[in-house]
Amino acid sequence: MKPEDIIRPENKVYSRPRLLTENYTHYCPGCSHGVVHRLVAEILDEMGVEEKTVGVAPVGCAVFAYNYIDVDWIEAAHGRAPAVATAASRLNPDNLVFTYQGDGDLAAIGTAETIHACNRGENITIIFINNAIYGMTGGQMAPTTLLGQKTATTPYGRRADLNGYPLVISPLLAQLAGTCYVTRQSVHTPASVRKTKAAIRKAFENTLAKKGTSVVEIVSTCNSGWKLSPEDSNKWMAEHMFEQYPLGDLKNE
Amino acid sequence: MAKVYGAVTIDSARCKGCNLCVVACPCKVLALQPKEVNDRGYHFAYAANPEACIGCAACATVCPDACFEVYRVVDRDN
Repeated sequence: MKPEDIIRPENKVYSRPRLLTENYTHYCPGCSHGVVHRLVAEILDEMGVEEKTVGVAPVGCAVFAYNYIDVDWIEAAHGRAPAVATAASRLNPDNLVFTYQGDGDLAAIGTAETIHACNRGENITIIFINNAIYGMTGGQMAPTTLLGQKTATTPYGRRADLNGYPLVISPLLAQLAGTCYVTRQSVHTPASVRKTKAAIRKAFENTLAKKGTSVVEIVSTCNSGWKLSPEDSNKWMAEHMFEQYPLGDLKNE
Repeated sequence: MAKVYGAVTIDSARCKGCNLCVVACPCKVLALQPKEVNDRGYHFAYAANPEACIGCAACATVCPDACFEVYRVVDRDN
């Protein structure tokens, strides 16, 4: 069969999601952000809720998320996305409000807002991209950085006596009564991407059903910050990150 | 037995040459251009072995820049 017989509209099984804008993303080649952006756009399109969706963008690499996904966005101050999302969700309770945050935003400067929004059981979805490093500012140590991991500010590896231990945030949030769904996923293989898509969709459905706060942590790569190729970053993540951050549902009510 | 034919089109201007699709492809269809680059200087992905494609969309699933369109035909008479 010739390519021109195969490449026809009726045979199409996958195309670029309608809700992704035509802008080129500013992310590094192979960055997990791009995959998660695509999943969010696909899910919102499939659910048909783009008219009542409000995203809250963080400070970090995903700060320009509003340029890439064609829904309404609010840009929050550093770490304050769950607080801004609280207001957006309380003022328009029928809206689908979600935050999209990295580990520097959610687990460092925004820890208080995150924990209290989850404890209040705000009706929002939190998408948490955990790549164990501050990617945007040049690869400094984040609270989630693994012990022994080399970063710009821990050139000999993170030491527990000097830098403390990695902050594992999802189990903290899972024990709060306000959360209804806490899960940890990744996007390094086709199978894991499909699982992540199902998890984000479930979180969005929980939010529309007003069940409480849903948290989807996505263990991600930062190949520029880790100084590896995209392919090697995925391998490094599977070997080292999953030990500290095992995948799976932590809470599903 | 039914035979599956697939094909992909790649938005080469959008591609950043991250190589993730090449690794994800189970049929070794894709490769990065060894010499040619796009406007932004990336060695973009192309279908080096298009006959092997089964249209599984693994490349499109892992692509961070949503460059792929995937087509599939199932020939049940064959």
